[in-house]
Amino acid sequence: MGNKQTIFTPEQLDAYQDNPFRQRIAEVFSESGDGNMTLDDFLDMFSVLSEMAPRDLKAYYAFKIYDFNNDDYICKSDLEKTVNKLTRNELTPEEVSLACEKVIYEADLDNDGKLSLEDFQHMIIRAPDFLSTFHIRI
Amino acid sequence: MGECGLSTAGRTTRPRAVPELHVPHSRVGVSALCPCSQEPSPDNEGALHSSFCQLIEEQSSLVAGAIEMELQERNREQGEQHPGYATTLRILANMPSRTIGRSRGAIISQYYNRTARLRRRSSRPSLQQLNRTARPSLRQFDLESDPAHATLADKQSLLAKELLSLPPAQRSQVLMEVPLSLEEKRSLRQKRSTPGLRAHSAEPTFACAWWQDCIVLVSLFLALVHAAQPWHYALKQISGRFGSSVLSYFLFLKTLLLFNIISFLLLLVFVVALQAAYPPAVASPPPFTGLELLTGVGSFTHSLLYYGYYSNTTLNDPSASSPSGSTSPSRATQLPYNMPLAYMFTIGASFFATCILLMYSMYHSFLKSYRVGSSTGVLAIKIFSAWDFKVVQRHSVKLQSENICTQLKELLAEQRLRSCPLSLPQRLRHITVLLLAWLLALGTVLGCVVAVYYFSEHMHTVSTAPGEEGVLLALPLIVSLLNTLMPHFYNLLAAWEKQDSPAAEVYVAILVLGLLCYQWLSRRLICSCWETCVGQDLYRFVVMDFIFTLLDTGFGELLWRLILEKKLKSKRRPEFDIAQNVLELIYGQTLTWLGVLFAPLLPAVQVLKLLLLFYIKKTSLMQNCQSPSKPWQASHMSTVFITLLFFPSFLGAAIFVSYTIWWEKPSETCGPFRGLQTIYQTPKVWVELLEESNPNIAWFSWIPQYLVENTVFLFFLSGIVLAVIYFNIQVLRGQRRIICLLEEQIANEGEDKKFLIQKIHSIYDRKVHCA
Repeated sequence: MGNKQTIFTPEQLDAYQDNPFRQRIAEVFSESGDGNMTLDDFLDMFSVLSEMAPRDLKAYYAFKIYDFNNDDYICKSDLEKTVNKLTRNELTPEEVSLACEKVIYEADLDNDGKLSLEDFQHMIIRAPDFLSTFHIRI
Repeated sequence: MGECGLSTAGRTTRPRAVPELHVPHSRVGVSALCPCSQEPSPDNEGALHSSFCQLIEEQSSLVAGAIEMELQERNREQGEQHPGYATTLRILANMPSRTIGRSRGAIISQYYNRTARLRRRSSRPSLQQLNRTARPSLRQFDLESDPAHATLADKQSLLAKELLSLPPAQRSQVLMEVPLSLEEKRSLRQKRSTPGLRAHSAEPTFACAWWQDCIVLVSLFLALVHAAQPWHYALKQISGRFGSSVLSYFLFLKTLLLFNIISFLLLLVFVVALQAAYPPAVASPPPFTGLELLTGVGSFTHSLLYYGYYSNTTLNDPSASSPSGSTSPSRATQLPYNMPLAYMFTIGASFFATCILLMYSMYHSFLKSYRVGSSTGVLAIKIFSAWDFKVVQRHSVKLQSENICTQLKELLAEQRLRSCPLSLPQRLRHITVLLLAWLLALGTVLGCVVAVYYFSEHMHTVSTAPGEEGVLLALPLIVSLLNTLMPHFYNLLAAWEKQDSPAAEVYVAILVLGLLCYQWLSRRLICSCWETCVGQDLYRFVVMDFIFTLLDTGFGELLWRLILEKKLKSKRRPEFDIAQNVLELIYGQTLTWLGVLFAPLLPAVQVLKLLLLFYIKKTSLMQNCQSPSKPWQASHMSTVFITLLFFPSFLGAAIFVSYTIWWEKPSETCGPFRGLQTIYQTPKVWVELLEESNPNIAWFSWIPQYLVENTVFLFFLSGIVLAVIYFNIQVLRGQRRIICLLEEQIANEGEDKKFLIQKIHSIYDRKVHCA
């Protein structure tokens, strides 16, 4: 974080906490699933989000982060929540719905209407930027 | 804080309603289980196949409708659906492939299977041993030791055993990929299978303990180097505010710095330091005025900076009599040093090292960014990998959200457009705009090249008096001005034409440089020590490039921001143009590589320039700019930049230097190669000297004669290289085909699954009816 001071004002802290997926990240990596992390969970989180983590490991945890209802599938409602968080609800509902349908059409390989872990990993392999964006610098 | 929807469920899952499977009684049934049916039996293949096709069509049409229904029906009870439906879903949810993400046991058994597969890849079980009806994909598994029924502890020990049987490198890689928590990975790594095995493995380690100590020391050293990363905090600040795209520019700058430092160190150790220790006798240089830093003439002419200073004799030769007579004969190690040979081989070695490093960087970038496969799925990829987790500041996060929103809207509009193509007049208009833009671009390029040609001709005919050296700066000024203005012009063209090609800007620079190279080689008739003249020209170009970069940063960013803020009162700040900045770096690096032969200290100048540039650009970025709004694939563009650096830039410089070494006659009056026919004759002369002194090593001259200069051998080498490239292309093509086939297979498996579910439902119904 910063190396020039040790006490942060609330405004400064706020400036560091604006990732829309922060709650999901905390839930995925916490042992009990409610967002409270032990030291090992914290280490796990930064190990996965570091530069050296292999692509499949990052894809696995990214899948869990985007799976909002924890049913091991990314269904259309999960996708809609993701798109709304990414764009801060700026898109119209029709556009969001159209985008989610297109995503399922493009990525769903076994035609069950939702994305499983294998579909997600298969798609992420074709995303060269994934390794550099799913990365937090410490 | 309430914007992120907390999910109520913990780790347990509940099968959700999937209406696509909700189909009324199917027309296909299995006759064997209930005698009261009159439907086709499984033996009647033709009828079965056609009824299967009908079922698929039914399913597909229902799936399309069901997705809309699902939104409305989400909270309704499941009672109105098929009564066996909940059971089916429960069974589906417990399928091995679906439990992977859920429980540790499933993860461990999956990775056990994967490591077992790795081990058995070379030795497949023969087909006679296994049951004929087992599916081909299952035949590789060891069906006896199926871990599905084992307890968790057993599964863990099985996995540990499998990991031990792998080679260590593969073992650590597999462990890195397992999605378990860190303490479980630690326990897996520390597990040992049997004490007997441990005793057996202890002995070899004892023998090669010193080797392992060496490896530990080297890895510690590398870790220290990695930890003491220069500019680590600065790069983190930049990526936190501006994202990965702007970060890629600074990483590229760091890479270039590394290349230049390596070249500089090589030249320093083998050429510059030694010549500095034994300076030749020159007339007293003119006094130093500040203008030399810009023009490179005057007191810099006869200095270590240029080619002309270096001697063509063997330094510290004990048989030669030195004019000063200062070397004391009592010192022990006084080896003579062949300066011409050292000069030529050091330049060659620095080029070779740069080539190897460049190819290694290119290889790494390609690995990360190039994927064999189809190019569909753009929207899905954009949604899942667009969010840059490095960005932390609130304002930047807001900007990033807006960027993603814009990109998604553009993608959706594009897809809509693709579904309804342009009408004929619109297409014609589009084509004419493209053609016009191309013609304009080509015309400006040709115009620039012709203008530079005539101007440089004029400049070379003008002779400069000693006091008017500022005139020498005119040509570099014009070229740098063109290089700075052209990208802005191309940005305007790209905005008009709505297409993006950052590579077009580099062609202007490369063409101009090519023209100038031709001119330099023809200058030997004018200048007495032509290599020094060329070196001075290149030095001036490098300095001018730096000055113009500073001016561009000042005017383009600082002044523009002040204008926007004060005059136009808008909150927008100027954007950091990544493409233009990277291309400036590539241009500067090309100049350095061109000039290494003529001015051995030019890499040092470039190192200084890059260091200053980093801090200036970073300060300007933080104060004046905002992140770019165009979508920017960071890893793809890094590959493009490294490729541009290698392909026109480095190869062009290497070709120019090779041509100079092989064909050009060095000047008679200065430099380490005076008196020779070409620079390339130096090693030949040396080999002849060696043969004269010791006839036993006459075989040594065989190497250059039959290997390097023999055309047959070179044809043979290039034939091998072409064959390897062709082979790799064919392998890639085959892999692409396999990927297509496997994707079809996965789709078919999905259809199979739906079919089987339908069968189960119909059996259940028939049982209920017959019972």
